[in-house]
Amino acid sequence: MASILPGAPQEGIGYSFSQAAPNAASEPRQHSFYPYSDNGGTSLGISGTDFTIMAADTRNVSGYSINTRYSPRLYLIGGEGPENKGARIVLSVVGFTADGSALKERLDNIVKMYKYHHGKPMSVSACAQRLSHLLYSKRFFPFYVSAILGGLDEEGKGALYSYDYVGSYEREQCRSAGAASSLIMPFLDNQVNFKNQYQPGSGTGHNLQAVVAEPLPRERVTQLVRDAFTSAVERHIEVGDGLQMMIITKDGVQEKYVELKKD
Amino acid sequence: MNHFPETWGRPRDDVYGPYNHGYLQAPAPNQHTQSPIVTGTSVVAIKFKDGVVIATDNLASYGSLARFTDVKRLRKFNERTVIGFGGDISDMQHLDRLLNSLSIKENYQHDATDEEDTDGFSADNVHTYLSKVMYARRTKFDPLWNHMLVAGLDSDDEPFLASVDLLGTTFSSPSLATGYGAHLAQPIMRKVVPDEDAVDQVTEEQAVKVIKECMKVLFYRDARSLDNYSIAVIKKEGVNLKLDEKLENQSWQFAERIRGYGTQVN
Amino acid sequence: MFRNNYDNDAITFSPQGRIFQVEYAQEAVKQGSVVVGVVSKTHAVLAALKRNAEELSSYQKKVIPIDSHFGIALAGLASDARVLSNFMKQQALASRLTYARAIPLSEIVSRIGDKAQVNTQIYSKRPYGVGLLIAGVDSRGPHLYEFQPSGVTQEMVACGIGARSQMARTYLERNLEVFADASREELIKHALRALKESMSQDKELTVDNTSVGIAGVGEDFVLYEGQDIAEWLDASFDSRGQTEGEGMDVDS
Repeated sequence: MASILPGAPQEGIGYSFSQAAPNAASEPRQHSFYPYSDNGGTSLGISGTDFTIMAADTRNVSGYSINTRYSPRLYLIGGEGPENKGARIVLSVVGFTADGSALKERLDNIVKMYKYHHGKPMSVSACAQRLSHLLYSKRFFPFYVSAILGGLDEEGKGALYSYDYVGSYEREQCRSAGAASSLIMPFLDNQVNFKNQYQPGSGTGHNLQAVVAEPLPRERVTQLVRDAFTSAVERHIEVGDGLQMMIITKDGVQEKYVELKKD
Repeated sequence: MNHFPETWGRPRDDVYGPYNHGYLQAPAPNQHTQSPIVTGTSVVAIKFKDGVVIATDNLASYGSLARFTDVKRLRKFNERTVIGFGGDISDMQHLDRLLNSLSIKENYQHDATDEEDTDGFSADNVHTYLSKVMYARRTKFDPLWNHMLVAGLDSDDEPFLASVDLLGTTFSSPSLATGYGAHLAQPIMRKVVPDEDAVDQVTEEQAVKVIKECMKVLFYRDARSLDNYSIAVIKKEGVNLKLDEKLENQSWQFAERIRGYGTQVN
Repeated sequence: MFRNNYDNDAITFSPQGRIFQVEYAQEAVKQGSVVVGVVSKTHAVLAALKRNAEELSSYQKKVIPIDSHFGIALAGLASDARVLSNFMKQQALASRLTYARAIPLSEIVSRIGDKAQVNTQIYSKRPYGVGLLIAGVDSRGPHLYEFQPSGVTQEMVACGIGARSQMARTYLERNLEVFADASREELIKHALRALKESMSQDKELTVDNTSVGIAGVGEDFVLYEGQDIAEWLDASFDSRGQTEGEGMDVDS
């Protein structure tokens, strides 16, 4: 993600204190303060016929330092009280965690006030559009986060929405975001949407028959998520420590935690 | 005196020349902090089964100059919260004033000396408040140049330790350290508390010992550090804050083997 | 003919030291249907009688959950109560957001008290025409507060406001000693019985016209209505048990 932050200080590891020696006898430096940092981490969401699985690792880094091995990146949105009891929407934010938690708190407040004013929980599609507006409202000083929103739609089908930094969004079957998204997404394309998979013996060239993608069962998806993360941990230093999973079904949200490699 | 109010109380033009209105305006636009000036170095803290130990040294540096050698960078907020400050000292003093007015407001409504009165702030409440202050200031592009650790007990009297920095980034861990401490002290502390479960096995004595060890390592290797330090233990029984401790059992024998500069050039 | 010269605005004292508009506002509270609140060492309970303007209309809202740890019951102008409840909701969320803690009840109550008091000192304003009972649990335990249009707020052990509420208060005063150690179910019983005292003889409490709100230590504030309160109604009034069950015919 560092590559898409133009102007980010390149040298040095930490970010808390200015490391560069003040260049002597130069004109006063303007805005040496850079208001963002990248705390690493990767998230992933897959929707099925009657469920959505959200997952994210729990490592929080700055540069090469591990800040903590457990900082959750999945948040329940709406529901009752600080524990979000009865919530049916899950938001994952990766990138700059301070922006991430600010965004989460804003959205959570909005969804709770919606319930208070209208006496019914907000639908996922409405929440998804509101999140897009939240991100776009800071179009010229963006929240540096990749967000994924998951839940069940009005028909009870799995719903998954993914966002860019300024609020462009679309509904998808599956999406990975954050540090190791480039490692996980191609895997998902192949294993969830069956990209580049063909019927054996269906011929060559244009005769090849593509395997038709169909919604996967829950057990299969859970296993895919765990495989995706164990692989990402091997190749990306900002990913690891633990895997937080939330499975949204009509019966509620079930949370799971699995250890990942801590190296 | 004439009837022009704007000239009242000003030197007479005919005697002193025309009044220079430039004095009324600030000479330059308001400036935001672009870099810290007088700074404190690392803060280190570790949880143990009944509470948290936190420490900082007593040095405030002006660049590489050890400018103030008796600056206390641990601040007790109440009987269950201590905050350790790293980074700019003047911004620390500003935050100190914010926390003072916060606790005055709290104590006005609640009796802090009343054992039954548990309405007052827990460490997690103070941490959340500070994180909002820091994030709001960074969003205004006018940051408070600090990295703080908040140590104490939460509303359930469980050990609480969390960090907040100038960007408003927050995280929590069984052991935490800012600045050079993140590189030098954190590995030592993580050996004792690799995860949250390990905290229950650590006694107060063990925690204090490892913190003192960390302060020693930092004094050896961090050029902007001092052997005078403050240390606080926060438990259910209250805060034990010592502000003028001296590093013990230092060994500089390794220095004799260092060659290439100083007295042993070759 | 006598004309009161001291009630043209809500800020002028009469020579007797009264502010008539505030007193009129207190009359508005007495027009509202009755609500009662009781508190024990472990629970705080609100019970309210809901009116429907006509047979075809729905029943009014009398108990409003604000945050997960407290709620309010209102008597008087419902629209004024909405303004206050929206304000309280906002303040409660702000406390959660800024300090990550549930706002203490004493604090939220003094904030609406201050808000109401301002209306008695500014010429162009009028007092809120609503009384509130605020019940819930914070880190010091269960609480019940009363709020009046004058801005007066008081912590209570038990309280009733609204039409004919004197009867409810008399009941509560008679049973005052037992509240502190009462169980959750007993407390609800007392609240419902106090409510019943204030109703005319030919009226009954039913699942349609009664609201109950409960908060306890380790128990969030929950609003109970409809069939959820049928059992409590049966248990509170002995005569109920012998008849055919809940949902009795009220108007026959």
